[in-house]
Amino acid sequence: MIPAGFEYHRPGDIASAIGILQEHGDEARVIAGGHSLIPMMKLRMAEMGHLVDLQAIEELKGIDIGTDTVSLGAMVTQHELITHDGLAKAIPLIREAALQIADPQVRYMGTVGGNVANGDPGNDMPGLMQCLNAVFELSGPDGSRSVAARDFYEAAYFTAREDEEILTRIAIPVPGSGVGQAYEKQKRKIGDYATAAAAVMVGNGTASVAMTNLADTPVWSESASSALAEGNVEGSVAAMLGDIDPVADNRGPVEFKKHVAAVMLRRAIDRAQSRAG
Amino acid sequence: MNDQTLTPEERAANLKGMGCARKRVEDVRFTQGKGNYVDDIKLDGMLFGDFVRSPYAHARVVSVNKEAALALPGVVAVLTAEDLAPLGLHWMPTLAGDKQMVLADGKVLFQGQEVAYVVAEDRYIAADAVELVEVEYEELPVLTDPFEALKSDVVLREDLEGQTEGAHGPRKHHNHIFTWEQGDKDATEAVLAEADVVAEEMVYYHRTHPCPLETCGCVASMDKVTGKLTLYGTFQAPHAIRTVVSLISGIAEHNIRVISPDIGGGFGNKVGAYAGYVCSVVASIVTGKPVKWVEDRMENLMTTAFARDYWMQGKIAATKDGKITGLWCHTTADHGGFDACADPTKFPAGFMNICTGSYDIPTAYLAVDGVYTNKAPGGVAYRCSFRVTEAAYFIERMIEVLAIKLNMDAAELRRINFIKADQFPYQSALGWEYDSGDYHTAWDKALKAVDYEGLRAEQAQRIEDFKAGKTRKLLGIGLTHFTEIVGAGPVKNCDILGLGMFDSCEIRIHPTGSAIARLGTISQGQGHATTFAQIIASEIGLPADDITLEEGDTDTAPYGLGTYGSRSTPVAGAATAMAARKIRAKAQMIAAYLLEVHDDDVEWDVDRFAVKGAPERFKTMKDIAFAAYNQAIPGLEPGLEAVSYYDPPNMTYPFGAYICVMEIDVDTGEWEVRQFYALDDCGTRINPMIIEGQVHGGVTEALAIAMGQEIAYDDMGNVKTGTLMDFFLPTAWETPNYTTDHTVTPSPHHPIGAKGVGESPNVGGVPAFSNAVHDAFKPFGLVQSHMPHDHWRIWKIASGLGMHG
Repeated sequence: MIPAGFEYHRPGDIASAIGILQEHGDEARVIAGGHSLIPMMKLRMAEMGHLVDLQAIEELKGIDIGTDTVSLGAMVTQHELITHDGLAKAIPLIREAALQIADPQVRYMGTVGGNVANGDPGNDMPGLMQCLNAVFELSGPDGSRSVAARDFYEAAYFTAREDEEILTRIAIPVPGSGVGQAYEKQKRKIGDYATAAAAVMVGNGTASVAMTNLADTPVWSESASSALAEGNVEGSVAAMLGDIDPVADNRGPVEFKKHVAAVMLRRAIDRAQSRAG
Repeated sequence: MNDQTLTPEERAANLKGMGCARKRVEDVRFTQGKGNYVDDIKLDGMLFGDFVRSPYAHARVVSVNKEAALALPGVVAVLTAEDLAPLGLHWMPTLAGDKQMVLADGKVLFQGQEVAYVVAEDRYIAADAVELVEVEYEELPVLTDPFEALKSDVVLREDLEGQTEGAHGPRKHHNHIFTWEQGDKDATEAVLAEADVVAEEMVYYHRTHPCPLETCGCVASMDKVTGKLTLYGTFQAPHAIRTVVSLISGIAEHNIRVISPDIGGGFGNKVGAYAGYVCSVVASIVTGKPVKWVEDRMENLMTTAFARDYWMQGKIAATKDGKITGLWCHTTADHGGFDACADPTKFPAGFMNICTGSYDIPTAYLAVDGVYTNKAPGGVAYRCSFRVTEAAYFIERMIEVLAIKLNMDAAELRRINFIKADQFPYQSALGWEYDSGDYHTAWDKALKAVDYEGLRAEQAQRIEDFKAGKTRKLLGIGLTHFTEIVGAGPVKNCDILGLGMFDSCEIRIHPTGSAIARLGTISQGQGHATTFAQIIASEIGLPADDITLEEGDTDTAPYGLGTYGSRSTPVAGAATAMAARKIRAKAQMIAAYLLEVHDDDVEWDVDRFAVKGAPERFKTMKDIAFAAYNQAIPGLEPGLEAVSYYDPPNMTYPFGAYICVMEIDVDTGEWEVRQFYALDDCGTRINPMIIEGQVHGGVTEALAIAMGQEIAYDDMGNVKTGTLMDFFLPTAWETPNYTTDHTVTPSPHHPIGAKGVGESPNVGGVPAFSNAVHDAFKPFGLVQSHMPHDHWRIWKIASGLGMHG
């Protein structure tokens, strides 16, 4: 459980960080809270010559609550998401979901940017961001670009982010009043990834459904969302089941995961609907 | 000091002796981060060892190439079996009469097995060097199922080929280790054949792991000038380790000093000898420098001693009105690649023959077959006396299965079969003499405390509501009445590697009336420094706060067999009381001399000897202690100290009644413990607060085991649960509230009547949780289902009973 040797970098701004990534290519990785990467390094499943710590970069911090959009810096911690009252008022779903991530110690360190950028299908924030239709801002050697969360994930640990890019901010449209939100997660114990989790927004004739840890990427289900927008709960559940592709692991066999996915979605819909209108 | 205004009760309270909920003296350092664990030990020039481990569960080791590793700056040595062979240390004896590879000798038998030992200047270089050792393997067929192993042509232990006789009698197959039989087979089969009712079931107690917070490790330091080896380590039995090291290394025993410093939990995991200890000693001898080895969490879970893995086929016979007439059990025991089970020598399946439990069963038969598979070796007593948790789980499941067959309330079935209070000492059909018990009193108290009738009424309503579609949650009521067998044990039938399982205490009283006591046991969190001082305080009338307790240094502590199997209080606690009584006997003579009366004319009074009939004429223990060192007393040697080696006449038999009330969601398999009531009878209670803490900890471990904790393998022999992500260790969040209670039935043969309690909650807790799950689904047709009851397995029960359609 000891990682291989590496060079440690701690740049003070985004441009310097990108410079280091350019210099070392795929020998370099950025590190945010480290709660996914460091265990992988200790297991020697991830080895890199250069570790670029983003902690000292002020531009990556801060939560801005706008009228239409919430902007989260990539280095905002889960703990900050939970304790920010303005955020809880604008998009209550984020606090509800962040409280179900790991445990308080991890949440003091773990960041929203790391959680969404790592591409781990077990992480909660990617599905949540797809449900909320968030947009990720990426900075690279050629400047900045935006990628929708719903287009970002390609496969487990593979995303639309290029090696020399850094995910810097997350922009989330503030759901209209009357939209109910809920996050339902089943896990074996505190600190575990979801056996199945569902993020739901519903209200004003719209709906959005995203599922966590039920495929090699988070699953935003367009058909489940439209069925729910029409008020067809069982249609939404059936459509979701058609879109997920869970694999058997210690949390259980595929059949069980599908069953729990349906239960989680029904419960999330139920709770979101009770909060709508 | 000689305050005559205090009543005897007040003077007794000031001693903080037996019965006092005295705060743990150890916690001052533990809560301030000032403990001293093995990994805190730093010696000049210390090197670090680390293992190259097999990724395969069964493979031939074709070659080991050390070159690249040795070329790495800072690497001192890379040891393989070839290097250890000239010393005869490439294999080592196990506690179970088998032998075990220290480093892979031509093949590996389980994933994670030690193949090479790297020694480097720091642990980081060692970790890098491990990656550079090139090992070529040739994979062999893997056997992970003990029933398959007994049929397979694949020979796991080629070193034993042709040996039809093992350490415990004949071997029936090349993957068979032993058969152990107890009781009367013919009589039991006759009872089964004639019985009104026979219930039969396979009860599997899955493989799990003690998983102490601190993993195993050691620091070996060979001083080439003095010829002395000092071995610091996470040892639950430091003296036994010293003797074993001497026997296998050839170093004279007086030249070996074993020190167990603070230990962060043992639970049986730290009883045995591991390859890391042997390799570290060898490396220190070779290099002349201290060598530290500390395993990481994954190594601990994957390779050091597991627990359980017993397949128990049971038959229980009864009359139609529920009187049990016979019990039959055949166990298939998966021991992994080597038989490194930690049991007394004559008990290859431990005390599994306590499996008649709390019940008066006139006829019984038990057979256990040990089997080799491609899994890690072990089979230790994880917070229990040897195989007692398996036995208790077996009988408490069989009682439930019988209750279903009889269509009888399981609480009532237990009640009519309990051994009665007037039957003690009770001779069991499988050979034990239970010392004392009052099961009916405990049972009635427990049922009343939880309002058992009310719970059953609530459950009946819940079933109605479920069937009416009003709820998706079931209510389970898990009952258990367990009887433990602890305190190994009488030297006449209990030994480990030929060392009788007595224990010891030495007490020295200082001139000013304080004291130091040293024991042959070693605390791993049990609070020995607190409780044993309380025994001494009550026995000799010096305040517990004035008594230092020391354990774990073989150069200073008297010889003992260590701490596991709830044996410290039954055995070393008895030795402590006996040593204290020797001191009191001498103190009586000193007091009589000082008071100028005959020895028989003084009497003991809490903290002093007083002249009979003249209580105002007395000498306190403090007065006596000073006199022992400053007066020439005719016929008495100066000083005031004593040592006692205690060989218990019998085991002790703590018991208890546990009841768990659990809510279960049939759609997700999620569960919630609504209530857990634990009544323990551990005989005389020394420190009620420590007992309560032990019960809380033990029940929490039981919760883990019953509800999710396992060491699981895939078909290739890969460990699927090698990290705490998958191996369930409950946090405060998953831990329910517990209600503790007690009755007191002292042990008649123990000097202070104490029986031991540390392991009862694990023994009783597991069946209580498991029975709650079974009880919830019983009205829907469930008879038996295997642990661990994690979400998906509970879901599968519901699914199998058609509850999702």
